[in-house]
Amino acid sequence: MAVVFKKPDSLADIPFHYCPGCPHGIIHRLVAEVMDELQIEGKTIGVAPVGCAVMAYDYFTCDMIEAAHGRAPAVATGIKRSRPENIVFTYQGDGDLASIGMAETVHSAARNENITVIFVNNAIYGMTGGQMAPTSLPGQVTQTSPYGRDVDHCGWPIRVSEMLATLEGPEYITRVAVNNVKNVMQAKKAIKKAFQNQIDGKGFSLVEVVSACPTNWGMTPQKALEWVESDMLPFYPIGVYKDRSAEKEESK
Amino acid sequence: MAERVLMKGNEAIAEAAIRAGCKHYFGYPITPQTEIAAYMAKKMPKIGGVFLQAESEIASINMVYGAAAAGVRVMTSSSSPGISLKAEGLSYIAGSDIPALVVNVQRGGPGLGGIQPSQSDYFQATKGGGHGDYRMIVLAPASVQEMASLTIKGFNLADKYQMTSMILADGTIGQMMEPITFEDAEIENYEKPWALTGTNCERKHNIVNSLYLKPEELEVKNFERYEKYKAIEENEAMWEEYMMEDAKYCVVAFGIAARVAKNAVVAARNEGIKVGLIRPITLWPFPQKAIKEAADKVNGFISVELSMGQMIEDIRLYTESKKPVALCNRCGGMIVSPDEVLQSIKNAEKGVF
Repeated sequence: MAVVFKKPDSLADIPFHYCPGCPHGIIHRLVAEVMDELQIEGKTIGVAPVGCAVMAYDYFTCDMIEAAHGRAPAVATGIKRSRPENIVFTYQGDGDLASIGMAETVHSAARNENITVIFVNNAIYGMTGGQMAPTSLPGQVTQTSPYGRDVDHCGWPIRVSEMLATLEGPEYITRVAVNNVKNVMQAKKAIKKAFQNQIDGKGFSLVEVVSACPTNWGMTPQKALEWVESDMLPFYPIGVYKDRSAEKEESK
Repeated sequence: MAERVLMKGNEAIAEAAIRAGCKHYFGYPITPQTEIAAYMAKKMPKIGGVFLQAESEIASINMVYGAAAAGVRVMTSSSSPGISLKAEGLSYIAGSDIPALVVNVQRGGPGLGGIQPSQSDYFQATKGGGHGDYRMIVLAPASVQEMASLTIKGFNLADKYQMTSMILADGTIGQMMEPITFEDAEIENYEKPWALTGTNCERKHNIVNSLYLKPEELEVKNFERYEKYKAIEENEAMWEEYMMEDAKYCVVAFGIAARVAKNAVVAARNEGIKVGLIRPITLWPFPQKAIKEAADKVNGFISVELSMGQMIEDIRLYTESKKPVALCNRCGGMIVSPDEVLQSIKNAEKGVF
């Protein structure tokens, strides 16, 4: 019988701990499919974050390391500079990457470290129970912004992709989403490009994946995906924010 | 014969590290240890190594964490306030059981403190600094020669026990120049089957991690680690004894303070006072055996420190408070003089502690 669908080899055969309706499962799968397709599982080293994806080291079958909160790009830098022949990626959430780890993010991008960063933006701290994130939307109700995010009091959310794209350093900065089939397909293409860039020695590639958190948003999975479309994507538009190689190609 | 060269203490550390096979250095500028980074910046590109100036102390220790996990000999260096920032990474490295070398060329504190020499990070180095139950091997050089030899020793011990070795130096030894010889570095090689190298699809994946959500597993991990620490306490303590055979009083000092104290011991001997010196070379493991034995034969101890008295607590601990322990100290970047130590010895002889 022909196999028409199977688990990627780069994904371990154990159940995820993620909440029902959480897109982390989809994003893990996309990363694993890309590793399979590029045949890099055996030489890839992944860096897990602190946050909901903290146990990503159990799910990917490549070598893995667990970083302190926000430090994944620094840890990845140490690995890549020691083993340039290996493929190194980080998998981080918004609190990890855009708050406590913003310095590591910006500087690894500025150095054009030849690593791949998967940045999952769901506008909330999930693992700790739904606090306001650096990417929480104005007015968004969270455990630590119970009256809605008041930008006069605690500032504006940060658009990471747009900000990083202002740097000379990075090779590829893009934002995708996983709220519908079309977007999932686009997200996979972007993730594949981000890994291919590293294989080609082009440098720092970051894929911001706009995700959802039904549990902490207090929504059904279906409603959460609708909220991504109605509220998240207008503030965080899908698109390619920097693609140096493509720009060079165009200017020829 | 091995070549004899005149070098700054900080440069001796850098050169020794390279000779010990360290090809990866990550750091951040801070006085008074910047010569180490400068030396590495110059040398590493020429030997196919990596020097990288990180965006922060926190990033640099996490780069060390990544490189160590990837299985290479790696180091960072800093000074007191910078080591506080590295504490997070030190705890993760300890919890993941991987080897690294960290240099602290101490300056006065707390806070931004000053940039003059100090030994006031003794507690931080020997009792923790970062969170959780863990230890670091702490080596205290007292000469430029030892800056080199203990760096090599530190790398070997780190690999042997899969943990951090810290060189706890101070601004004086870091900055002063002395002639030294580089004997052929004895590099001990240890297998690193846990290292992240890529599975090559031939083995189960390696995971470098300090997270254990099941408390019974975390407890077992800590028990195992402390078995290792016990073995280190039994086997790796290093110290120097000077004129201790017939001593009635024992000066205890490490690093630059031990150099000063030695002069005072000689001066006291010239005045007929039977005094000796124990110089801990490893601060952890602390040379408890030497102190215990001395406690049975001397009338009292004098702890000479460039701090408000930190090592003195360990001396009291291992003498089991059997004998009085005086403190002869300066701090904040001030250095104790031989006369001040001599006066403390004379006071001890009179029974004043």
